[in-house]
Amino acid sequence: MAPSAVQVRTLERYDGDPDFTALMSRISERDRDAFETLFVHFGPRVKALMLKSGAEHSVAEDIVQDVFMSVWRKADYYAPERGAVSTWIYSIARNARIDRLRRQSSKPYDDISEMEIEASDPDAEEELALVQRADKVAEAMVELPDEQRQIIELAYMHDLPQSEIATRLSLPLGTVKSRMRLAYAKLKQKLEEIR
Amino acid sequence: MTIAHHLDDATLMRYASGDLDEAFLVVVATHLAMCEQCRKAVRYAEELGGEMLFACEPADMNPAALNTLLNRIDADEPALARQEAVRGDLPAPLARKVGQSLENIAWRRVAPGVKRHVIEMDNSTSSSLYMLWIAPGVAVPEHGHGGSEMTLILSGAYRDDLGRFGPGDVADLDEHVEHQPRVEDGAPCICLIATETRARFSGLIGRLMQPFVGI
Repeated sequence: MAPSAVQVRTLERYDGDPDFTALMSRISERDRDAFETLFVHFGPRVKALMLKSGAEHSVAEDIVQDVFMSVWRKADYYAPERGAVSTWIYSIARNARIDRLRRQSSKPYDDISEMEIEASDPDAEEELALVQRADKVAEAMVELPDEQRQIIELAYMHDLPQSEIATRLSLPLGTVKSRMRLAYAKLKQKLEEIR
Repeated sequence: MTIAHHLDDATLMRYASGDLDEAFLVVVATHLAMCEQCRKAVRYAEELGGEMLFACEPADMNPAALNTLLNRIDADEPALARQEAVRGDLPAPLARKVGQSLENIAWRRVAPGVKRHVIEMDNSTSSSLYMLWIAPGVAVPEHGHGGSEMTLILSGAYRDDLGRFGPGDVADLDEHVEHQPRVEDGAPCICLIATETRARFSGLIGRLMQPFVGI
């Protein structure tokens, strides 16, 4: 992977965690040790995601294998200026979840990431802004009111459809949507503070 | 292409978390292919997923998982060259369903000045996906929606209370919105529509239109 013009900072808030961006660039050069380190950190989290999404243990293990095969094969396509390593892995895991647990096709997601890969690199200003991104996302999560964070977690981690979230929480669908919009607005505000 | 009407923020999050059924996913992804602003907005929404994955409590793994995986990567063939992106008039998520060009759509006339092409879904779903061809100057009867509806303009333009919708614009509407789109003079309007349930038309003409059109 070509080094980017601006060094992307590691996530200092997680002392002792490896520099995942550097790991990804080693993995794209077929470094098994780097791959192992990434797996040790994220494998159990991807499994947790699948369990929360309703998969049996054995299915969750299978999906973890598939997700990390994709990580290995597609390591070249990871671009730090487009987001954190955790976000890239989340999106691969989400696509696997759609294919395996929802039994739908995640092809439209692949079409969009192909486009992103082909698109020219973000400008320098954008890249500078991105170095602080992960911290801002974490800040936004912490500052979200519980009622919004709960909905986000049910959607992203537990794979609950919007309508099912409304039923479980005994809320009108419109309220679930408006809380999602509020959470997005908070995230956007945080991310745009960087500029 | 100047896009004035974008995806609802709640829709961005449903895309990011993987909660759109096939019909809506095709419309959203087709809009994303046309709209850089929404692609960026989706990346923001995906960051939330990354953060939650990062912060979540890890599960216990099968102790053999790592070795299994390492054996698999050792046996893995060198990565195949990436497939050449599909090139045509239409964005890839839609081209997969209807082919490369608007020229070759198999339209069926459903009402005066209105043609429709229903797109088959891979799975049974409560939503439907179709394209409409509406002649210049035609007004669709006023209607609300039984569920959510999403309309993406591929060619031509229409106007309603919410403004002008031209190529790339998406009307991402809640069930409560009523509208009465009128296609601009000069060129037909071709759009891609996902509906959760069939639209309800008001008025007599509307009831007559009901079996035919769902914009």
